[in-house]
Amino acid sequence: MLSSRYKDKLFQGMGITASVSCLLILVIFLGFIIYQGVDRLSWDFLINLPSRFADRAGIYTAWIGTLWIMVLTASISFPIGVGAGIYLEEYGKKNWLNKILEINIANLAGVPSIIYGLLGLEVFVRIMKMGNSILAGALTLTLLILPIIIVSTREALRAVPPSLKAASEALGASKWQTIWHQILPASFGGILTGFILAISRAVGETAPLIVIGALAYVPFVPRSPLDEFTVLPIQIFNWVSRPQHEFVINAAAAIIVLLVITFALNGVAVYMRHRWQKKIQW
Amino acid sequence: MRIKEKVIEKILAVCALLTVLTTVGIILILLVEAVGFFREVSIIEFLTETQWTPLFTQKSYGILPLLAGTFLTSAIAISVALPTGLIIAVYLNEYASKRMKNIVKPLLEVLAVVPTVVYGFFALMIVTPFLKMFIPELSGFNALSPGIVMGIMIIPFVSSLSEDALSSVPGSLRQAAFGMGSTKFQTAFRVMIPAASSGIIVSAILAISRAIGETMIVAIAAGHQARFTLDPTVPIETITAYIVQITMGDVPYGTLAYKTIFAAGITLFIFTFILNNISFWIRSRYQQKYE
Repeated sequence: MLSSRYKDKLFQGMGITASVSCLLILVIFLGFIIYQGVDRLSWDFLINLPSRFADRAGIYTAWIGTLWIMVLTASISFPIGVGAGIYLEEYGKKNWLNKILEINIANLAGVPSIIYGLLGLEVFVRIMKMGNSILAGALTLTLLILPIIIVSTREALRAVPPSLKAASEALGASKWQTIWHQILPASFGGILTGFILAISRAVGETAPLIVIGALAYVPFVPRSPLDEFTVLPIQIFNWVSRPQHEFVINAAAAIIVLLVITFALNGVAVYMRHRWQKKIQW
Repeated sequence: MRIKEKVIEKILAVCALLTVLTTVGIILILLVEAVGFFREVSIIEFLTETQWTPLFTQKSYGILPLLAGTFLTSAIAISVALPTGLIIAVYLNEYASKRMKNIVKPLLEVLAVVPTVVYGFFALMIVTPFLKMFIPELSGFNALSPGIVMGIMIIPFVSSLSEDALSSVPGSLRQAAFGMGSTKFQTAFRVMIPAASSGIIVSAILAISRAIGETMIVAIAAGHQARFTLDPTVPIETITAYIVQITMGDVPYGTLAYKTIFAAGITLFIFTFILNNISFWIRSRYQQKYE
């Protein structure tokens, strides 16, 4: 029979081991990627078109495609997501319709991303005849990240003290005036933080874009939202799936670029949350 | 002024209703295409046949091999993520100093933001070769390695949800346990975990749902060979990986092969839908306990 003091120490040891090994694995993974890929990173790698020769292949079309997807998804999903969040938090009454809306959004957040791909394939690519275009991809990803944006918008709105709202209404402001001039400015940092995190999720998504037909090999740079496209994650997937070692090196180098983008977005989000929390003290 | 207010409210309502439309759209397209599939393949064959070979000349449409692959990788992932995530959550909440907590938590979050395609690379390039040193008969593509990597990916998900559950238990319970002379270990396992059990169960269910729906790790490292087996050392295929495999190739619209991805998709959707709703039910039923 172990003494309880001993069990206490033992579990503490387990806790530290579990935490440290997770971080260690992260370090090993990232270290491996950098070790494999950093030498391949060069200006040429960033501005070369794809090629079947590993040493000539670049990620130009891929990162331009990622940029397109990012900008388009962001500009479509921001107004819709924030709008829906405002509606549910500020206008929603406690009736059955809003109950359904809430359950539905929570449910959507748990739908696997590949299912959104199937939805996009049928609705945007086939029925709306957009083909495998950037627009179809951006709309698919918009549906995917809307639940995330809505939930984080609502949290940010909820953090605004009711006294602010009461004061504004007492001065005779209408509901929308109160929201537009008081509540939104006060919660904007929080809304933006959640939004950037959602975009970072969209940038890393691969499966739904493969399903809607984004190509692995696109020998030109997209010029309009209706052009075919590829993105960094799909380029990485394509290179990883090849047996030749040179392509694996390319994949590692492309992963470095993708991680820089993802970590930068998350870094900005964390920084903003930090600043916002510091600046506004109720 | 009045009209403007009304119009704005309506516009915002439309934004919110779009989410309902998404759900309706998902269910509708899955149903329509799956019905088309089941017109040509009997549902009995779909559920009982042990071969999945829609692309071969000898065609067979049994979902069981894909289900076995999905179950296998998810089970491996959960057996990695659940204990580790739970230990970390209890450790951070009951043992760790505030400083330690402030360092470990954000670093764990980094694990959660790495794109899944990158985890696929890790599974194929690092974990499989590493496992081969101990299991020489391990195939280059297998269920074990992507399962483990998926588990690592889900750890921060489990740990942060379980930690939320633990920290929502009122401090008075902990103080009372300490007051009775309990050690931290006794307090954690006999008071805090039972008190937070509904939240912890929810985190486990959501983790399972995540694992079932995960795509890129298995698409890269598990091998694309639908096989009715629970052997973790051989190449297998999951439902999600199959959808990727088909949509990567040139399968013409309207063919039976095209419809198979929706039959597979609706199977996946049903599983995750049930799991997600169980978790809501648990949450709404037991949440108010301490409020």
